[in-house]
This record gives sequence, C-alpha cells and structure tokens, in this order.
Amino acid sequence: MTTPLLDVRDLRVSFPVRQAGAMPWTRPRHLHAVGGVSFTLQPGETLGVVGESGCGKSTLARALIGLVPATGRAEWQGGADLIGLSARQMMAYRSQIQMIFQDPLASLDPRMTVGQIIAEPLVTHQPALPRSQVRDRVKAIMDRVGLLPSQINRYPHEFSGGQCQRIGIARALIVEPRLIICDEPVSALDVSIQAQVINLLMRLQADLGLSLIFIAHDLSVVRHISDRVMVLYLGKVMEIAPARDLYADPQHPYTQALLSAVPVPDPAHDPAATVVPLKGDLPSPMDPPSGCVFRTRCPRAAPRCAAEVPVLAGDRHQTACHFPGPFTPQEIVRARATEAA
Amino acid sequence: MVIEHDKMRSLAARMAQPEVRGRSPWADARRRFLRNKAAMAGLVILLLVVLFAIFGNHLAVWSNEELDFSVMGQVATMGQPSLENGHYFGTDDLGRDLFARTVQGTQVSLLVGLVGAGIAVIVGTLYGAVAGYVGGRTDQVMMRTVDILMSIPYMFVLILLLVMFGRSMTMLFLGIGLISWLDMARIVRGQTLSLKNREFIEAARATGVSTWRIIIRHIVPNLLGVVAVYATLLVPLMILTESFISFLGLGVQEPLTSWGALISEGAGTMSYGTLWQLAFPLFFFVITLFGFFFVGDGLRDALDPKER
Repeated sequence: MTTPLLDVRDLRVSFPVRQAGAMPWTRPRHLHAVGGVSFTLQPGETLGVVGESGCGKSTLARALIGLVPATGRAEWQGGADLIGLSARQMMAYRSQIQMIFQDPLASLDPRMTVGQIIAEPLVTHQPALPRSQVRDRVKAIMDRVGLLPSQINRYPHEFSGGQCQRIGIARALIVEPRLIICDEPVSALDVSIQAQVINLLMRLQADLGLSLIFIAHDLSVVRHISDRVMVLYLGKVMEIAPARDLYADPQHPYTQALLSAVPVPDPAHDPAATVVPLKGDLPSPMDPPSGCVFRTRCPRAAPRCAAEVPVLAGDRHQTACHFPGPFTPQEIVRARATEAA
Repeated sequence: MVIEHDKMRSLAARMAQPEVRGRSPWADARRRFLRNKAAMAGLVILLLVVLFAIFGNHLAVWSNEELDFSVMGQVATMGQPSLENGHYFGTDDLGRDLFARTVQGTQVSLLVGLVGAGIAVIVGTLYGAVAGYVGGRTDQVMMRTVDILMSIPYMFVLILLLVMFGRSMTMLFLGIGLISWLDMARIVRGQTLSLKNREFIEAARATGVSTWRIIIRHIVPNLLGVVAVYATLLVPLMILTESFISFLGLGVQEPLTSWGALISEGAGTMSYGTLWQLAFPLFFFVITLFGFFFVGDGLRDALDPKER
C-alpha cells in the first residue's frame, strides 16, 4: 500500500461558546463541531463527505486547511503534521492544498478583475514571478477550466454562477495543488450547471492526478464523483466505505435513513415502503448524547448504545455501530409508526 | 498528433483574442453618479468654489492686506460693492477689499475641511480596518480607546488646546485631526466585521495571503464606497467646526482669515447697514456646504444602489 496523501487521525475541533450574560471569568462551554474524525486519502482519490446541515462537514474542511484551530493529527504524505503548524510553516503546504467554496460569487472579491483573482495564490506563493508570466499562466488556466482567456479583465459580477465557480476552480488550480477541498461546490448552482462543473472537476482530476475531498449534501452528486464516501453525523464518522459498497449495501442505520430519503425518479416507486423517517432534530453539539451520538434518533437504539461509544470497525467498509446491518421491513414499519405518533 | 495540433492551434487562437475590458463596480458607480442631476449640480458648485479659491486673487484689484483710505471711516456709505473702484464685494470695516478677503477665507476653510477629512479617511480607515479584521483583544483595546476619546467633549479640548498652545493653523489642524477620525474608525470597523466573514476573505486566508495584504487588497477597497460617502459629508462638518471656532475668535488669526472669521466680523457690523460684509462670506459658506451634501448624497446612491 502506498503512503496516503493525507492521513487524518482523531481530528477534533471545538469552539468556546460564551453564554449571554455570563460573567467574564466563568469558563465558556464548548461546541464540539468535529469530534474525532479519522480517515486516509490516497493520491488521485476522491473522498466524498456527506451528512446533514451542521454535522461538521465544512468545519472539517476548514480545520484541514488551517482556518480553524483543531487538535489531532493530519499527516501530509507520511511526513509533516498539518495540525498545529505555525502560519509560516503552513505556507509551504498551502499551495499543495487549495479550496473551492460553496457560493461562487461570494468567494470572489467584487472589486478585483478575474485575472487578479485567479493570480492571487500564484502571486502569494511565487512573488518573484514576472507579471507577463503570471498573466500567461492565468490565461492558460482559464482556458483549461473552460473560460475565455480574453475575459481576463472582466469583473465577477459580469459572469454567471457556473462561470464564477469555474473562476474559483481556476484559482485553486493555478498553484498546481495535490489536493483540492471542495466545500459544497455545486449546491448553489442549478442542476444542468452542476453537471458541467462536476464533469469539469472529474476531468481535471483525471488529467492532473488530483485528490479531492468533496463535501456535499446531495447524495447522488457524491455517488457520481467519489471513490469513497464518508458519512458524518454530529461531528463523528458513522460509516466510511467505497462509494459503490456504501450505496449498494449501507450498514449504518443513519446512512440507510439518509439514502432512503433520496428521491427515486420512478412513478411506480412507493416511498412508503422504503423511506425510514428519523424522529426529532439533530441534538445540540454543545451537549451531544452519551455513547453513540445517533442513538437519540436511531430506530434500532438499545441500552448498550447509550453506555458505549461505537468504534469504526471493518476493513474497507467501516461502520461505527453496535448493531450494523440493513433495516428489516418490520423495522421500517415500526419507525414509520412512531414517527406518525 | 493531429488532434493535439488542432488543440494547440485553437488554444493559441483563443489566447491571442483581444482582451475584453470589464466594467468595474467603480465604473458602474461613476455612471450612476454622472446621471444624478443634484449631485452633478453640487459638483459644479464645488468646482466653481475651488476655482474661485485658486484663481480669485488674479481677478482681485486690491490685495487682501491693503487698506483703501478713501473709504476708511465711511464704509457704510462708500464701501459698498461696486465695479468702479474694484471692491466687487465691498470692503470690510477697516477698508480692506472683501473680495480678496473672501478668496483668502475660502482657501483657508477648504484647506481645513480637506485636511481634516483627509486625516479622518487615512487614520480612521486603517485603524478601523485593523481593529475589525484582527478582532479579539486587539479590537477591544483599540475600540475602547476610541470610546474614551469620544467621551471627551471635543469642543472643550479644542478650545483648551488653542488657548494653551496659542492660536495657529497647525494647532487647529492638530485639534481637528485628533477628533475627526473617531467616527470614521467606528464606521469602518463595523463594515469590516461584516466583510471579514465573507467567503472571498476566507479564500484569501486559505491560500495564505498575509493579514496586512488582506486588509489592503481586499478589505479597504471594499470599504471605500462607505468611506468616500462619509468623507464628503465630513468635509462640511470640519468646515463648520472651524467656522464655529473662528466665530468664537479662537480659530485662525489675523491677517489670515476664514469663512467663520469673516462671517463673525460681518455679523458684528450688521447693524451699521453694511450687510454685504455678512452676505458674501455667508453665501460661499452655504453653497459649499450644499455642494458637499449633494455630492455626498449622490455618492451614496451611486455606490450603494441597494440602500436607498
């Protein structure tokens, strides 16, 4: 087995939260956004990250790139640990890891031309590069992502959403990174443009041998682009498996509930037979449930789930559950009944 | 190979296409501003006032220091505005040419306004942007300092400064500069806080752009709209402050003069029937203030089309 590009061990992110009106000397409570995530990423691989809103997907991405303080380890190519590096030390890795953001227009400075925006990482990391070369490289990369190089002097507001996302991709690619973290890159685009951007990403990945961490809440998009998929719930990994296995044979109750909620484009399909409703809302990350974090909403929860934290088990298909396995039809009927009541 | 060739050729063709010029947000704002009639009228007025301040001396027959002995002592009857003896605006109480004096007063007042606003823009913008962007304890200390400075009654401090260190232009600039940037710093900090969490700032941080560069390249250009609007409204405020100080007799000293000093003198002699001594300086004072307010309003509408 080759050395992984990125080997993340027990990554944790928590934010201090001060209660309104609390005295300044009281200790702030902590919001655990990411609670011990471990995964590896091979060179050229795409890891999809899914989960509902507020489960820590974006925080995970920001922690890897050093935008929020985190604890744990994140080994880069079997060498340096990215977590806890000083800003100066991190600079060397910043050109290797780039990020694409969710809102295409908001992630571009409205007062800068497209050329300036795309050139910014290059100018930051290679300040000695002459202007003319910077311009040539910007034009070449614009062509590569499907933008007309002649539009280098235009401003972001003159482009459509899809084009803005291409600008974002060009900005990420210009320093020739090894890994691109895509934080919901297509959720703000309409469906036909989503397909274009996804296909562009996949083509670039194949051409340049990039690794991607692809965060999304659209399960079908993730299935299309990912080699492996990681399911997060309340900052913890529920299941991590090759995309095909995960979609064909989900083991964790949460994954099954998520997948059952994907609309099936078939009029003969009866959602009542397969959809597993989850009761209640996401618990507060300030005060997560004991044991398995999913137990408060799990149709299969047992006393053991409250007492013992499940660990990720398995070889290629890893699941963090005491009672993994597909739902039986009886369980679905029971879950629907409690939901109705 | 053929395909590669074609690809390279088409790439070369696309690279060689003439570059399209983009329409920047500034160009958009300029277009909206030029279409705003009130703002353009204000701008024209201001331009005329500035031209008056710069070239007025060439038109004047008398210098601002000469005393016209022929009208001295009978200013009320002989010193009224007339084209024949060259006193276009009449003379003041001592027989000095009011036209030349008004030119001089305009220069001083505009200078005070522009310098005061200039200090506010530079110091206030940088101070506020740094406090807002860095945040945390730095922000707390910086903004509490501003709060403390603001809580001191500035007119009192200004008067005290002028009394203690003598009345001079430098002292006046210093006093006005000291207080003018406080509001600006607060406004800029607030704007910075809302900009700070925008995704394009995060993108810049993620790729490792230094804090100082983010402030200069991303934060400040996106603040300039608000700053420009506030600065144009600050100039008349500075002029008013200076006029008030001069009106009290603490501002600029003879032989220098300003609008405030001239208005003060004119108001003092109002009852002797020499109304022109009040009317001319007051006229320039009022149209300049109007001009700045119209331009400020126009800039706000042009730079913030959403916030009408």
